[in-house]
Amino acid sequence: MQFSNYDTGDFFDEMFGEDGAPRAAARPLARNIESLADGELLALQKAADSAVVQMGITFNVYGEGAGMEKTLPFDLVPRIVAASEWDRIERGLKQRIHALNLFIDDVYHSRKIVKDGIVPEHVIASSKGFRQQCVGLKPPRGIWCHITGTDLVRHRDGQIYVLEDNLRCPSGVSYVLENRHLMKSLFPKVFAASKIRPVSNYPIRLRDMLEFLAPDGITSPRVVLLTPGVFNSAYFEHSFLAQQMGVELVVGSDLVVSDGFVWMRTTQGFERVDVIYRRIDDDFIDPEAFREDSMLGVPGLMAVYKAGNVALANAPGTGVADDKVVYAYVPRIVKYYTGQEAILPNVPTYICDEEKDLQYVLEHLPELVIKAANESGGYGMLIGPHSTREQCADFAERIKDNPRNYIGQPTLALSRVPTLVGDHLEGRHVDLRPYILYGKEIFVMPGGLTRVALKKGSLVVNSSQGGGSKDTWVLADQPITESEDAPPRPLPAQVQTQAMTS
Amino acid sequence: MLSRVADSIYWMSRYVERAENVARFVDVNLHLMLDAPDGADQQWEPLVNTTGDHAEFEKLHGKPTQHNVIKFLTFDRENPNSMISCLRAARENARSVREIISSEMWLQLNKFYLMVNDAANQGIDSPHDFYSEVKLSSHLFNGITDATMTHGEPWHFCRLGRKLERADKTSRILDVKYFILLRSVADVGSPLDDVQWAAVLRSASAFEMYRKRHGRISPKGIVQFLLLDPEFPRAIRFCLNSARDSLHALSGTPLGTFRTNAEKLLGQLCSDLAYAHVDDILNGGLHEYLDNLQDSMNLVGTGIIDMFFAKRVPAPGKLRPMEKTQ
Repeated sequence: MQFSNYDTGDFFDEMFGEDGAPRAAARPLARNIESLADGELLALQKAADSAVVQMGITFNVYGEGAGMEKTLPFDLVPRIVAASEWDRIERGLKQRIHALNLFIDDVYHSRKIVKDGIVPEHVIASSKGFRQQCVGLKPPRGIWCHITGTDLVRHRDGQIYVLEDNLRCPSGVSYVLENRHLMKSLFPKVFAASKIRPVSNYPIRLRDMLEFLAPDGITSPRVVLLTPGVFNSAYFEHSFLAQQMGVELVVGSDLVVSDGFVWMRTTQGFERVDVIYRRIDDDFIDPEAFREDSMLGVPGLMAVYKAGNVALANAPGTGVADDKVVYAYVPRIVKYYTGQEAILPNVPTYICDEEKDLQYVLEHLPELVIKAANESGGYGMLIGPHSTREQCADFAERIKDNPRNYIGQPTLALSRVPTLVGDHLEGRHVDLRPYILYGKEIFVMPGGLTRVALKKGSLVVNSSQGGGSKDTWVLADQPITESEDAPPRPLPAQVQTQAMTS
Repeated sequence: MLSRVADSIYWMSRYVERAENVARFVDVNLHLMLDAPDGADQQWEPLVNTTGDHAEFEKLHGKPTQHNVIKFLTFDRENPNSMISCLRAARENARSVREIISSEMWLQLNKFYLMVNDAANQGIDSPHDFYSEVKLSSHLFNGITDATMTHGEPWHFCRLGRKLERADKTSRILDVKYFILLRSVADVGSPLDDVQWAAVLRSASAFEMYRKRHGRISPKGIVQFLLLDPEFPRAIRFCLNSARDSLHALSGTPLGTFRTNAEKLLGQLCSDLAYAHVDDILNGGLHEYLDNLQDSMNLVGTGIIDMFFAKRVPAPGKLRPMEKTQ
């Protein structure tokens, strides 16, 4: 298969440089793909597709009744990130998460950042993710967001920008692990030739981090993963992570609060639970503290948490910083708490709540992306250049009605990666979501979920709106050490065989 | 382990076994019909009777024919005990405990379901090949379970479910023959009768093992073998013995004693079978004996649900914070 007809277009291509030659980091892969006979790549893709179905790597789509399980389309051409570039991303993410944790803690305690005039009081108070119940809360080990999945994008200018922080319950990491698993079996030779940093130890890191949060004095803490249940769109991931970590997967009705502790119902009676990795939104975790009508949570959980007898990850209330208006302040937040400039820039953001920005946004709607402050998953947004005049006018009204709820950003020309379309490769737009764990130290998974907009020209990568995923290869400039990957194998003992009889 | 998880594993395992036995029921009847003399009326009604779903069947299909019985038992999504419904339920249960079972088990069960689902949508060319493949898929699932899952609590729940289900279904396979016999008393002892009994053995994959044990085909030998044999893995006694072993492994109650109703009932059943004589059973009526047996096994099932899966609430002040059983 040849790349001769591949057109990088007017975009930054992750695989090919402006001269049309593969970037240094992508050369072994490009060579491998070029060495494949016609149709071979397509055959590999088909093998991958059927493996995904058989392994049951699925997500649920709400409101589709029977047959509602879908697989996330997987494209087998990976995105490659050079070692030096990753180094900068990693430093930038660590800095950002560190600062955001200090910010959230400040929000729920003394609010120095408001008093010092950096972030306006009303922005915090009106953030949908703000939880009054968390004021004065001291989460275990002083950490609020233990698991973060920051969305990064690259613009035509080659610069990497932070698009969203996702500080609540980011999903998708299971696809990273399963995609890698698939790729290793499809391209063993390329793995041998490239120094690709492994991601497979993420579940171990995750469990270590969760155990670190356990109440003092517990030597072997019991960790559980709390899921809304088998009908949740991310159920596969919950189950997968519980299995990979070796912890119990529980639903709300498996847990019960009694005598100031959380217990789970087992075949042998009740057992105490010390740490809960909860994949249920704040509003639903405890009907006594949050929404009364929640059937998913555990009544009384929040009281046990506040008393320090159980740890929750992430802490409730972190969503305050997921508000897209708060997002606009993050570079200033980083500067305020760390004294340094943010290593990873934000996408330039116009805050409609501010008179000057509002004016600009309303005048430039057809060239901007407009986002509702509290929506996610690609919902509630307007992509100006792809919208009709009526849609723009409709959004202008919505913005004028409630300026606090909207931000505007320039339409980014997301970078592209070659993607198999039919029997040939075409560029498709991608973003990247690395996962960050905050426990004893901050750990950034080398790689992450590369989401790809499979529709030609589309900029929306969300799985609910026609997105797919790719493996992400972060290259090492050093050879992968043995401790980082699988241990070396000892020599096998002699094999015994059946005695011959005549 | 979590009560909810134990519940799901137990039923996952039962449903896979149930689906396999549907294949056995249908396969045995297909063979019987092939061997029947010309014009012998096609007997498909007994099959519906033995599965215990005749009321449901009549409501949906009316008069039993080969076509609608096979459809009802195999591909009818409205029938909760059809093969496809069982596999769907098994897979849903497995999906809710994917982190407990091995990935290999999930993979096999998922493939199994997809295979039957495809057949349901596209139809089957050769019934025999299809039912053989179903049996094979189930064997593969059980083999994978035994070879890839730690033989701890979850595995014992698997085995408990599988063995209780199998005991129940073997008793029903024996019953199929009973219903057919009723209609052709004249054939007793004839070559045709031998053929029919051999088909019963084949449907329990028991033909060769029976030959090694008893040689000649005789109704008495077959009842002895499928009901009372302590070593043949589809024999009812064998199944109930290993179900009992798993139940006691789970509860920690020493064998030969009991603390719960389930342990008491299952122990009594095993003892009964150990001291039963085949002549007494046949004299008292095989069908009546099997009927009682099925009722008792249902009570054991209810006892197990009560013992492990029922949802309880802790009494305040009774729990000690440091109490852990791991």
